[in-house]
Amino acid sequence: MRMRVQISAIYARWRSNRNAVGIVLLALFIGTLPLWLGTPYALSTMIFIGIYSIVTIGLCLLMGFAGQISLGQSAFFALGAYGSAILSAHFDWSPWLAMVAAAIITGGIAAVIGAPIFRLRGHYLAMGTLAFGAIIHVIAVEWRTYTGGSSGLPGIPRLTLAGTPIRSDMSYYYLVWFFVLIALIIALNIVNSRFGRALRAIRDSQEAAASLGIDVSRYKLQTLVVSAIFASVAGSLYTHYMIFISPAAAELDLSIRLVLMAAVGGMASIWGAPFGTAGVMLLTLGLREIVPLVTRHGSGEYQIIAYGILLVAIMIFMPEGLIAGARKAWERSRSRDTGPVAWLWRRAQRGGQRIRVLGQRGQ
Amino acid sequence: MDANTILEVQRVRHLFGGLVAVDDVSFRVYVNQCLSLIGPNGAGKTTLLNVIAGVLSPAAGQVLMEGKSLNGQPAHERARLGIGRTFQQALVFKDMSVLENVMVGCHLQGQTRLIDAALRLPRTRREEEDVYLEALRFLNFVGLGTKAEQMAANLPFGQQRLLAIARALASKPRVLLLDEPAAGLNRIEKSALVDLIRRLSDMSITTILVEHDMEVVMQLAEWIVVLDHGKRLAQGTPDDVRRNPAVIEAYLGTEVE
Amino acid sequence: MPQYALSDYIQLLVSGVSIGSIYVLIALGFITIYNVTGVINLAQGEFVMLGAMLAVTLLGLGLPFIPAALVSVALVTCVGVITHRLTIQPARHAPEVSLIMITLGTAIAVRGLGLLFWGTIPYALPEFTPGAPLQIMGAVLSRQRIWIMGVALVVLIILYLFFEHTLLGKAVRACSINRGSAEVSGVDSSAMSHLSYGISAGMSAVAGIVIAPLTLVTYDMGLGLGLKGFIAAIMGGMVSAPAAVAGGLVLGVLESFTAGLLTSGIKDGVAFLALFVVLVGRTMNLSMRRRRS
Ligand SMILES: Nc1ncnc2c1ncn2[C@@H]1O[C@H](COP(=O)(O)OP(=O)(O)OP(=O)(O)O)[C@@H](O)[C@H]1O
Ligand SMILES: [Mg+2]
Repeated sequence: MRMRVQISAIYARWRSNRNAVGIVLLALFIGTLPLWLGTPYALSTMIFIGIYSIVTIGLCLLMGFAGQISLGQSAFFALGAYGSAILSAHFDWSPWLAMVAAAIITGGIAAVIGAPIFRLRGHYLAMGTLAFGAIIHVIAVEWRTYTGGSSGLPGIPRLTLAGTPIRSDMSYYYLVWFFVLIALIIALNIVNSRFGRALRAIRDSQEAAASLGIDVSRYKLQTLVVSAIFASVAGSLYTHYMIFISPAAAELDLSIRLVLMAAVGGMASIWGAPFGTAGVMLLTLGLREIVPLVTRHGSGEYQIIAYGILLVAIMIFMPEGLIAGARKAWERSRSRDTGPVAWLWRRAQRGGQRIRVLGQRGQ
Repeated sequence: MDANTILEVQRVRHLFGGLVAVDDVSFRVYVNQCLSLIGPNGAGKTTLLNVIAGVLSPAAGQVLMEGKSLNGQPAHERARLGIGRTFQQALVFKDMSVLENVMVGCHLQGQTRLIDAALRLPRTRREEEDVYLEALRFLNFVGLGTKAEQMAANLPFGQQRLLAIARALASKPRVLLLDEPAAGLNRIEKSALVDLIRRLSDMSITTILVEHDMEVVMQLAEWIVVLDHGKRLAQGTPDDVRRNPAVIEAYLGTEVE
Repeated sequence: MPQYALSDYIQLLVSGVSIGSIYVLIALGFITIYNVTGVINLAQGEFVMLGAMLAVTLLGLGLPFIPAALVSVALVTCVGVITHRLTIQPARHAPEVSLIMITLGTAIAVRGLGLLFWGTIPYALPEFTPGAPLQIMGAVLSRQRIWIMGVALVVLIILYLFFEHTLLGKAVRACSINRGSAEVSGVDSSAMSHLSYGISAGMSAVAGIVIAPLTLVTYDMGLGLGLKGFIAAIMGGMVSAPAAVAGGLVLGVLESFTAGLLTSGIKDGVAFLALFVVLVGRTMNLSMRRRRS
């Protein structure tokens, strides 16, 4: 019985503390960042990094853990953005209420399309999700009465706090990153649970997972819904920050950029998501500065060259992404176990104790 | 229907395209029995296990568990009903630690749903700890306790097989299907495996053992079903089967003469 | 509800078939690569863009039309081979999902390079044989559309002759049927993969050049065309060339009628809806067949 107590105590500490420490550190970093962040431009960049991080965290759950590719994640982002925009601008709903409603609607749509779409695998799944994204884009452009067509929908109300609209970038920054932290906590909780283990099992071998009683299609579907809700919330945060929305939010390019962000951090690493997102955003900004100096065509979205090359290079040389790749390499290389069981074992051996192992015969 | 029959295979037939992989095979397994399914390569043993486990649906015939047909039940439902299995290629989850593999095996005992997991409620945390200890118990049961935190991919092949068994046991099966558990094991590992499988009947687990190693089969099996080219060639006690001329013929071909 | 005359329908039909012919060329590119290498090359559309852009540039450098077109096709063929060598070959054992991302990455990198070289300005390629549109049964038909259909037909015939009647073509086909046994019988499967990339890049370049006079050439024209070609290929089940031809033509006509009779904006939506339906329908069909067998 003492053994039981010891192990579970150590286990609880070992397992959740690493992540808890990470969350606290990130919160401290985010909290103090504006103090030494000079320009308003940098602050608004951080807002966008936060918004996209929420999407990529969900995308990591879907692609890295459940192993299901999505080239249509911008569709859910756009559904959240337009849902929020239309409900608050056309129907005068409170932006917060609109945001919740949009998330529910988006989750519902994900649940409905998930059933047919997860019959597809590999290439076909990629193209199916891409087609879904393209259809949402067409709707955003063509359903002019509500979406404002290709010129977009202006005049969207801001989110409010205690009755007053949030106007300053500083407040919005804290708001967005509050959501990022929540998303991170939720995703980490999911990953380190029965649910998350089932997802990783599915990614490794659907057959073996099913043989242990895991309902593979249900788990995939629920993960899609979670990732769609994350994207939707991010979309709503985006609209109410920009107070404008256009079909660019539903473009394939955005989906690809989101996949790239997830891939840079490592699909199979929740922590990688915000870092990958920040990396790609900063790269984009850097290139926007540099490229016009070397080309004669003035400005343009030249960073897509770097996106493309980066995506290819990562897939060829580091398919696990920068963060997850490094961590895995470390885990694989470590010669002795650092977990609680091995630790207890070693300690007992050193002290010359005999260990009565739980579950052994006669116990 | 005999009250002691836990699983019955009734006239099962399975085709891959034009190839008849399992042809009209029937047998029954009694509670706590160890039944061995043997036959030359390509006889259809794995295919039959897949039909029983619900991975493949048979073209004809059915599998009954305690008198109820399993037709139309998907694999994960059958796991819930008490059919566990291991695979010919072990199929451990390579990206997980050894212990986590077994924790996945405990899936059916868990209550945690998506919402509980996301919020990490106290009862979820408690369940995690229980599952952790439970998994450790199963790991110790197969003798891999000290390896708990290693990556499963780093285990030698023989131990991956043991891990796959521990994982299957963690799902608390009443019938366990083992596909060539002794393949690739050395002598010592084999005798440990035989010991392990013997202990399963103490835990009231019925086993269906697919195995090429006759020594292992003869030590464990109480009943043997022989397949050849998808057909049931013979069945009986180990002694009957050993003496059956048709079996000798199928195994040794024309060399006996 | 406006009234349409028979001639309107003929007009829509013919323009649908001519656009469909472009989709056919691109779809055949998809299929060639897919069958030999197992990769769905999302950069296919970028080859179309490169073909058209290079032809425009070469014409601008003073080359006459025919040499400009031929050089452009040859260059794009080389680009195809190089793409395979640099991006697919090093990752040929990677999982399917990684390969998709690689081709996607290639696509956007090439599109970005197009932007870098040619900017966002649309370029025009003159019609092959300028002149007044032809009148057929009351329908007005630009001469370029005849060219599109004609060239597509010629390419189809060449392709057929190559795959059915030359040793090299047969070797490529052997690889697509069974890579392992083709290798055993002495076919260099890596060379065949390179070749398949070359062929389909070249075909796409032809598609780009023939459609350019009708649509103008922009750095981002490849995305849409590539996806349409993919839809056509998938409508044909991804393996059979005749089915892809049918798929391309059906898609072209479907789009043309949607644009003509409803509004042009939703024609893309219809195409992607078709993709969605075909994809999902395919798996239903497969699983039903599996259950029956
Ligand atoms: N997925 C499949 N598709 C087509 N044919 C298959 C498939 N799986 C197995 N077969 C064929 O079915 C027959 C039975 O195969 P099965 O794997 O059940 O044999 P087995 O008795 O398990 O053999 P082994 O001892 O080699 O494991 C073989 O002829 C095999 O080639
Ligand atoms: Mg087998």
